[in-house]
Amino acid sequence: MSLPFRPVILWTDGLLFVLLATIAALAFWMARSPQWRKPWARVGASPVAVACLVVLACYALVAVLDSLHYRARLPDTRAGQPAQYSDSVRSVFDALTPDLWRQPEETYSAPLAAHLFVRQPETLPDGQVVRVYPRLRIAAGGRIPGQRWRDIGRRVLLGVAAGLAMVGVCAWLLAWRCGRAGARAWLAAAARGRAGWPVRTLLGSLAVVFVLVAVTAALAPAYHVLGTDKVGQDVLYLTLKSIRTGLLIGTLTTLVTLPLAIFLGIAAGYFGGWVDDAIQYLYTVLNSIPAVLLIAAAVLMAQVYIETHGQMFDTNAARADFRLLFLCLILGVTNWTSLARLLRGETLKIRSLEYIEAARVFGVGHGRILLRHVLPNVFHIVLISTVMDFSTLVLAEAVLSYVGVGVDPLTYSWGNMINAARLELAREPVVWWQIAAAFVFMSTLVLAANLLADVVRDAFDPRRGGG
Amino acid sequence: MMRYLVKRLLYAVPILLGVNLLTFALFFVVNTPDDMARLQLGAKRVTPEAIARWKTEHGYDEPLFYNARAAGLGKVVDTLFARKSVAMFMFDFGRSDDGRDIGREIRTRMWPSLAIAVPVFAIGLATNISFALLMIFFRGTYLDWAGLALCIVLMSISGLFYIIAGQFFIAKLWHLLPISGYSGGIHALRFILLPVLVSIVAGLGSGARWYRTIFQEEIGKDYVRTARAKGLSEVRVLFGHVLRNGLIPILTGAVAVLPLLFLGSLLTESFFGIPGLGSYTVDAIQAQDFAIVRAMVFLGSLLYIVGLMLTDVSYALADPRVRLG
Repeated sequence: MSLPFRPVILWTDGLLFVLLATIAALAFWMARSPQWRKPWARVGASPVAVACLVVLACYALVAVLDSLHYRARLPDTRAGQPAQYSDSVRSVFDALTPDLWRQPEETYSAPLAAHLFVRQPETLPDGQVVRVYPRLRIAAGGRIPGQRWRDIGRRVLLGVAAGLAMVGVCAWLLAWRCGRAGARAWLAAAARGRAGWPVRTLLGSLAVVFVLVAVTAALAPAYHVLGTDKVGQDVLYLTLKSIRTGLLIGTLTTLVTLPLAIFLGIAAGYFGGWVDDAIQYLYTVLNSIPAVLLIAAAVLMAQVYIETHGQMFDTNAARADFRLLFLCLILGVTNWTSLARLLRGETLKIRSLEYIEAARVFGVGHGRILLRHVLPNVFHIVLISTVMDFSTLVLAEAVLSYVGVGVDPLTYSWGNMINAARLELAREPVVWWQIAAAFVFMSTLVLAANLLADVVRDAFDPRRGGG
Repeated sequence: MMRYLVKRLLYAVPILLGVNLLTFALFFVVNTPDDMARLQLGAKRVTPEAIARWKTEHGYDEPLFYNARAAGLGKVVDTLFARKSVAMFMFDFGRSDDGRDIGREIRTRMWPSLAIAVPVFAIGLATNISFALLMIFFRGTYLDWAGLALCIVLMSISGLFYIIAGQFFIAKLWHLLPISGYSGGIHALRFILLPVLVSIVAGLGSGARWYRTIFQEEIGKDYVRTARAKGLSEVRVLFGHVLRNGLIPILTGAVAVLPLLFLGSLLTESFFGIPGLGSYTVDAIQAQDFAIVRAMVFLGSLLYIVGLMLTDVSYALADPRVRLG
C-alpha cells in the first residue's frame, strides 16, 4: 500500500514552518503577559490594522497552501512494483486550483477574452491558409460566441451572491461567539460601531475578499480572469504563485536577521569594551559595502556554486529553492546591521538603570540578566523593525530579479513577471495585464504591510504616546 | 578639527581592509578561480589547459593566501590576495573581461551618472522638504492625513512601476520625451529630464514621510512653544525655527549619500540606457564580470566611508553644540 503522493519538504518549506511555530510560541508568550497584551489590543482596535490583517492573512494562507509540496504518483504503476512518482513538484495550492494551470493556451490572451490575442495561421477545408484569432482552449466548446458578456455577468452575480452569503455566515458565527447578551443584540450594536473593536471593518474587508474570491472562482473554469502570458500560462495563477516567493523573502530573512541583530546588538551594548569595538567594526564593514553590490556578489557566487555542484539538487524545484533560500540568507546578512545598531543604543541606556544594577548586586549572572531583564525591554524595537522591514524586502525582490541577482528565473515571482512583461509594453496593441497584475498584487501586499507597520509602531513605541 | 579628521582617516583604513578581505573571500575563496573559469568557459570545453590559460589571462594564476614555492617575503607577496589588494588600493582596477581598462571606464562613465544623480538629489531633497513642511503646516487636518496616506501609497509601489509607467505614458503614448538613450553636451538635457522626474516621484513617498517625522519631533519641543509665546506667526515659527533645527539631521543625513552619487542608480540608468556607472554595474553583474563587480564594491565602500566622515564634519559645521575632538 503506497500513498497516492509523496510529500516533498523543500528547505524553504521547512523553514517557513519553523517560522510559523516560532510565531505561535511568541504569540502564546505574549498573550500571557499584560505588558504585551495591551499594545496588541491597541493594534486590534484600529480599523486600518484590522483591514490590513485580513489582507495579509489571505496572502499568508495562499503562501502556506503553496508551501505544502508533494510529488504525485504516476498512474501507470503496476501492482507489486515500487510506486513511481512524478518529477514535477506540486503544492496543495495547485491541487485546489486545477482550472488555473491544467490548460495553457498557445500564447497571449486578454483578460476574460474568448479568442487569442494574436492571429495564428489556420488551414481552411479548401486548403487556403488564413490568419485568424483562434478560440481559446479553455471551455472552448461550451460557450455560445455572442453571449460571452451575458455569461460573464451571470457568473459575476453568482460570485457576488456566494461571497455575500459567506460574509453573512461569518457575521452570524461572530455574533454567536461574542454576543453574551444574545446574537441579535450584539449584531445591532456592532452595526452601530459599539462592539468595542472594529467589527464593521472586519466584515467589510472580509466581504471584499470573499466576493473577489467567489467571483474569480465562478469565472475561472471558463475564462482566464487576468489573461494569459506569452507561453499561454494563466496570469492569475502566476501572480498567486508569486505570493509565496514574496512572503518567503519578507519573512525567512528575519530568521537570519533577528538572531544576528539581537545577539550582536545586545552584546555590544551590554558588555562594551572590546566586544563593542569588534561588533561595531563588523557592522561598519558590512554597511560600507553598497547592499545591492554585496547581494549581487553573493548571488553570483551562489550561481557558480549551484552550477558546479549540480548533482546536489535532484529536481528543478530543489535547485530554484536553494537559490531562494540563499537570497533570503544574504538579504538577512546585509540587513541585520541597522537593527543591531538600534539595539546596541537601547541596551546602552538600559544597562545603567537601577533594576539591572539591582539584579547584578543580587548576583544574577550575565546570561540571565540579558534574557530576563534586557531582552524583554528591547523587544518592542525588534518587533517594530521586523514589521517595517517586511515591505522593503518584498519590494527589493522585484528590483533584484530585474538586475539578474534575484530568485531563479524559473521561480514564480513578481520580479520575474515584471521582467518578462516589461518588453511587451512596446507591442501594439499593448499587453498590459501581466505587468498590471504583478504590480497590483505586489502593491496591495506592501501597502497592507506598510499601514500595519505604522499602527504597530504607534502602539509599541513608548515615545509615541503608547507605553 | 584636523586631529579629528586624521583620526577618522586612520579609522577608515581597517574598515577598507575589512571590506577588501570580505570581497576577496566572496570572490575567490568561496569559489576558487577554477570554478569561475569553468563557469566562464562553459561546461563543454573545460580542459585543465583551458582553465590554466583563462587564469593566466585574467591574472588569477597564483595561490590565494600563501605561496609555498616562492622564497622569503614572496611567500606572502606573490599571492592573489596581496596582489589584488595592493592593486585595489592603488586604484588599479585591472581589465574587464572584454579587455577594457576598468579605471578609464569608471572615469568616463561617472559623468552621465552625475548628470542624473545630482539633479535628482538636489531637486528631490527640496521637493521632499517642501512636501513635509506643507503636511506639518496643515498638521492635524484632513490635508495632513491625506498627504501622509499619499506618502504611504507612493512608497508601497515598486520603483520599477514608476520607471515603466513614466516610459510608457510620457515617452511612448504622449511622445513628450525620448524613451531612453543619452548624448553628450546640451542635448543630454532631453534625455535626462524623464529619468530625473521619475526618480524624484519614486523617492517622494518615503522621503517626505521621513522628513515629516523629523519636523514633527521638532515642533513638540520647548523652544517652539517659546517662539509661539513670543507672538511669532505660525509661518515664522515653521520657517525660522522648525525648519532650521530640523534641517540639521536632514542635511547631515544627506551629506552621507553625497559621495555615493558618483555610483549613479542601477535601475534608472539601465532602464533609460544612460551610459553611467549604474548601468555599467548591472551589465557587469549580468555578464558575470567579476573584475568590474569587485572594483565597484571597493569604490562603493570607499565612497561610503568618505560620506561617514563628511557627515561628522557637517555636524560640527551645522550644529554649534557639536565639538569634534
